[in-house]
Amino acid sequence: MSTTVAQALVERFPGDIEPLPAFRDEEAFVVRKERLLEVCRFLFDFPGSAFELLEDICGVDYPGRQKRFEAVYHLYSLQARRRIRLKVPLEESDPTVPSVIGIWKAADWFEREAFDQYGIRFEGHPNLRRILNHEEFVGHPLRKDYPIQKRQPLSKPTNFGWDQGVPAGRGEPARS
Amino acid sequence: MLEQTEQKEWMVLNIGPAHPTMHGTLRIMVKLDGETILEAVPEIGYLHRGFEKGAEQLNYQQVIPLTDRLNYCSAMMNNVGYCRAVEKLLGIEVPRRCQYIRVIVSELSRIIDHLVCIGANLVDLGALTPFWYCFREREYVYELLEALCGARLTTSYTRIGGLAHDLPADWVKRCRKVMRENLPQAIEEVETLITRNRIFIDRTQGVGIIGAEEALNYGFTGPCLRASGVAFDLRKADPYYDYDKFDFEIPVGRNGDTYDRYLVRMEEMRQSLRILEQALDGLPEGPVNVQDKRITLPEKEKVYTQFGSLVRHIKLIVDGIVPPAGEVYSATEAANGVLGFYIVSDGTKTPYRIKVRPPCFAVYQALPRIARGNLIADLIAIIGSLNIIAGELDR
Amino acid sequence: MGIETSRLFRAEPVAKTLDAILNWCRAYSLWPYPFGTACCAIEFMAVAASHYDISRFGAEVIRFSPRQADLLIVSGTISQKMAPVLRKIYDQICEPKWVIAHGACASSGGIYNNYCTVQGIDTLIPVDVYIPGCPPTPEALLDGILQIMKIIEGESVRDPKYRGQ
Repeated sequence: MSTTVAQALVERFPGDIEPLPAFRDEEAFVVRKERLLEVCRFLFDFPGSAFELLEDICGVDYPGRQKRFEAVYHLYSLQARRRIRLKVPLEESDPTVPSVIGIWKAADWFEREAFDQYGIRFEGHPNLRRILNHEEFVGHPLRKDYPIQKRQPLSKPTNFGWDQGVPAGRGEPARS
Repeated sequence: MLEQTEQKEWMVLNIGPAHPTMHGTLRIMVKLDGETILEAVPEIGYLHRGFEKGAEQLNYQQVIPLTDRLNYCSAMMNNVGYCRAVEKLLGIEVPRRCQYIRVIVSELSRIIDHLVCIGANLVDLGALTPFWYCFREREYVYELLEALCGARLTTSYTRIGGLAHDLPADWVKRCRKVMRENLPQAIEEVETLITRNRIFIDRTQGVGIIGAEEALNYGFTGPCLRASGVAFDLRKADPYYDYDKFDFEIPVGRNGDTYDRYLVRMEEMRQSLRILEQALDGLPEGPVNVQDKRITLPEKEKVYTQFGSLVRHIKLIVDGIVPPAGEVYSATEAANGVLGFYIVSDGTKTPYRIKVRPPCFAVYQALPRIARGNLIADLIAIIGSLNIIAGELDR
Repeated sequence: MGIETSRLFRAEPVAKTLDAILNWCRAYSLWPYPFGTACCAIEFMAVAASHYDISRFGAEVIRFSPRQADLLIVSGTISQKMAPVLRKIYDQICEPKWVIAHGACASSGGIYNNYCTVQGIDTLIPVDVYIPGCPPTPEALLDGILQIMKIIEGESVRDPKYRGQ
């Protein structure tokens, strides 16, 4: 079953998707960010092995590489009982990747967290704001060059604009 | 009489991080029209403790106490999940006795997590008595866990490649006693009081409904997904540690409302007792740690008497375990759903990246969808039934 | 309470009797506000439950409103995002009030020393009793509450804090 998915992926997206060598029986593919949405839609609709469950989206920071960041997606198929990992390398100067929230609504907060901790921007996300750190935080703490003990105390409780009657994040630009 | 005006005013209510329910640091901004919720937006991060960044500074064995504090209601399951991920990275398999003991403590943790969830949920709805019953049982299980590893809550019992130490001599007997006498009785008592209680049914049936397909799209796993009708349990779908040899069922709900989530949890506790019975009966003999010199600490007698063992002990503590470079994703069925650990290793003794996939993260983000249209009083019932543990949510 | 500011009630024989009455009232009917964030909150719930009954010490009336409580029990790690909230809640509790830092994270930051945790709530609010442990056993929390009672019994209406200073 898994080789079918792998073969189908490579046939459908030659040059844009690259299978990684199997490590501990896991399947992983490196995907170019321009084709990410199509790959995800293809996997979501794959007959017999639809990957309906988006398990995780996270970012990883590799400062030594040319493409510094990587957005990692873990998908699970209930029918085939199979997991797949997609890795999208991103450059430091332009860490943007299309958001998959149109396919899986689960992507909402996972992408917000990757933005908060790494600064990876997800185009098309309706509400890309910080989620774990406070809004006044400057920087992205999980990057390797952020010192772990650099504190940024919060001055006052934030109301995210709701005291003006407008929920923040609806159409506001994301602050970095 | 009061006239109906055309102009409606919405009220914004902030259910702040300090709030009168038992669920820790959750903040929800609610837009209300009278008592009906128009929009409910949760804000999280009030217990963000930097688990992932902190784990990058420690070696693999030292991360285990940090994992305790993720889902602190069922700490053993986090330990087991993390150690399983590192063992997958190392490419080793723990001995069968260790697997069975891990299953036993995982199921005990699942039971106490469900007891907290149900107890706290019922307190929020005004039913205080089941809270006492649930917490009384937790004390029995806590005594067992304390006899096992010394701590009630933050257990840190598993080690990479096995366990900290084997079961004490009479532990199995005590566990059987708790399992056969105390726990089923408590579940029965709560069931008698609550399950067919008119008030409870009125407050929870039809409240907070989410359908199966939508729940799956939101990333739901665990009891919340099963209550919506999807029979997905990693213990059956992707069995580990001999779960495929145990005979148990997965309770599945029909409507996906709060009442179903409560029923699913009650039934899951009974199924966990079944698994416990089988695991205790089938507990094999043998070592609990994998016999690998690069991973397991030598026994204390050898450390005190033989020089080679002493050197190995020092080296393992100071240098730690060094797995090969690579990345793994390992998931277990925790009490709330699929708990995943994504570990990237660069071949050194500290992990390069650990990402925890918290089950309640995906569940909680669907709150705006679930709460819309319900009354503000229903919101409290809904949050209680989703079982949001802030330690896991925010890490 | 207001009567402490009167000079009559601060005179010697009246003050002694008033001390005894007020301290007895305050110590044996503490109304805790469990500001529970993390794992220690679960231990607090276990203390409030029937096995380690907190109500034997009179402290069973757990009020989740700061206006109605007098003992703030901060259980669990306080993150940077939560710190202003804690300060606000502390300010909203009326005098007389006491604070217990329950657990290692509340006392000093615990095992977390990073960009998002506060290293001890005493950087934000004054603390009366620190309870170490991760999490402390329920007996330790009960001991902490007994310490608070001892502190209360040592108070007096002639303390500067009751004169608004």
